[in-house]
Amino acid sequence: MRVLTTVIAIAVGLIVLIGYFLPQAEPLQSMLLNWAVTIAGAATLMGLLNLLAVHFSKVRRGEKGGVYSALLILAMLGTLTAGIVLRPQHVGMQVLLNGIILPVEGMLMGLLTISLLYAAMRLLRHRTDIMAVFFILTALLIFLGSATLPFGDVPVIGTLIRPWVSQIWALGGARGILIGVSLGALTTGLRVLLGADRPYGDK
Amino acid sequence: MITLSILAGSTILLLTLTLWKRKAPARLRTLPAFTKLVHTLGLSIEDGKRLHISLGHGNLLDGRGGSALAGLATLRTITERTSVSDMPSVASAGDPALGLLTQDTTHAGYKAAAVEEMYQPTSGRVAGLTPFSYAAGAMHITADENVSTNILVGHFGPEAALLTESAERSHTTTIGASDNITGQAVLFAASQEALIGEELFAAGAYLGNNASHLASLTVQDILRWLVILAMVGGAIGKFIGAF
Repeated sequence: MRVLTTVIAIAVGLIVLIGYFLPQAEPLQSMLLNWAVTIAGAATLMGLLNLLAVHFSKVRRGEKGGVYSALLILAMLGTLTAGIVLRPQHVGMQVLLNGIILPVEGMLMGLLTISLLYAAMRLLRHRTDIMAVFFILTALLIFLGSATLPFGDVPVIGTLIRPWVSQIWALGGARGILIGVSLGALTTGLRVLLGADRPYGDK
Repeated sequence: MITLSILAGSTILLLTLTLWKRKAPARLRTLPAFTKLVHTLGLSIEDGKRLHISLGHGNLLDGRGGSALAGLATLRTITERTSVSDMPSVASAGDPALGLLTQDTTHAGYKAAAVEEMYQPTSGRVAGLTPFSYAAGAMHITADENVSTNILVGHFGPEAALLTESAERSHTTTIGASDNITGQAVLFAASQEALIGEELFAAGAYLGNNASHLASLTVQDILRWLVILAMVGGAIGKFIGAF
């Protein structure tokens, strides 16, 4: 069974990869990708069941935060039932999305601003190296250069230093990091394709 | 044609170097994040606390799949090492398909450690389906489940700050790695140890010392030098008017 799973996974991976280079393999590639999308849809349902099981177990055991878990279960089941009965396009579902889900995510984004500010403040407590000092100085320069002030841009910082730092140093560094990440992703993908890493089985 | 050549060359290099690395001992430079990670693996078992491995919300069907696969490889090694603990590790994911693989990988780790009967399906979880709902769901794991260390390995954006904030409040350590530039900046500022760029993909080699993982690091180094040579060559070629 283990060998069969590996053979299927490697074969499917190779067919999808070949589809990018050989036009003849494209129909098979798109069929396999469509299957993957369907399976991912089914996985969403499994993910919801998993979420439900974890929180139900928390409520049953009376664990810390069980009240929030109970609220989550009620909200999840309520939304799911409403979605199935009314359909996602229904005005009630749109109110639910625009009135609760989006504002809550927006609130978390607002909270993020404070969290990031706090993280920057305590950075030198975690790290006392030259990189941390550079990080803070760069962030301060960019903030000063981008801030909307009543008298306009801060001279030199807003017009000269900020574009120089963000468009030359930061952009160059970011591109370097992204090239590194791409190379890492390439070798990780190859390991999976060759069966050296098997996230779908026993290895 | 260039893409195909890179793929074929990388595959041949990876296969050859994997065979080579089985014989030759590995010499890896010290990365403080991995040193701390290895240290915390041992400490968590002694302290009777658990590790929380957070795999982010990388989708396996798009370009973020690489970081998700690297996270799964890390999870596999950590699970095998901590499965005999009284407080086994818990893993969370922000993508349903990744969540399923998280469970499968955790299960495989228990099997490898010969303690399959101790495996609990709820040790691999889907915490939320959007980046922020995932962060909100995973924050509670840190706060409520006797966690000593949070290991964030995968695709994280700015929402990683919410997880590190929660970890800070619970006085737990955070080690973070993301393939996203914003996520990396956030983790550098907010976590105790951060992995930058391709260091995320080195976790398997540093923790597992596996030949294929070690070989992939060497392949990355070779490809990096080729990219550098191509860039310098291109710049010189443009300067002398060859292109």
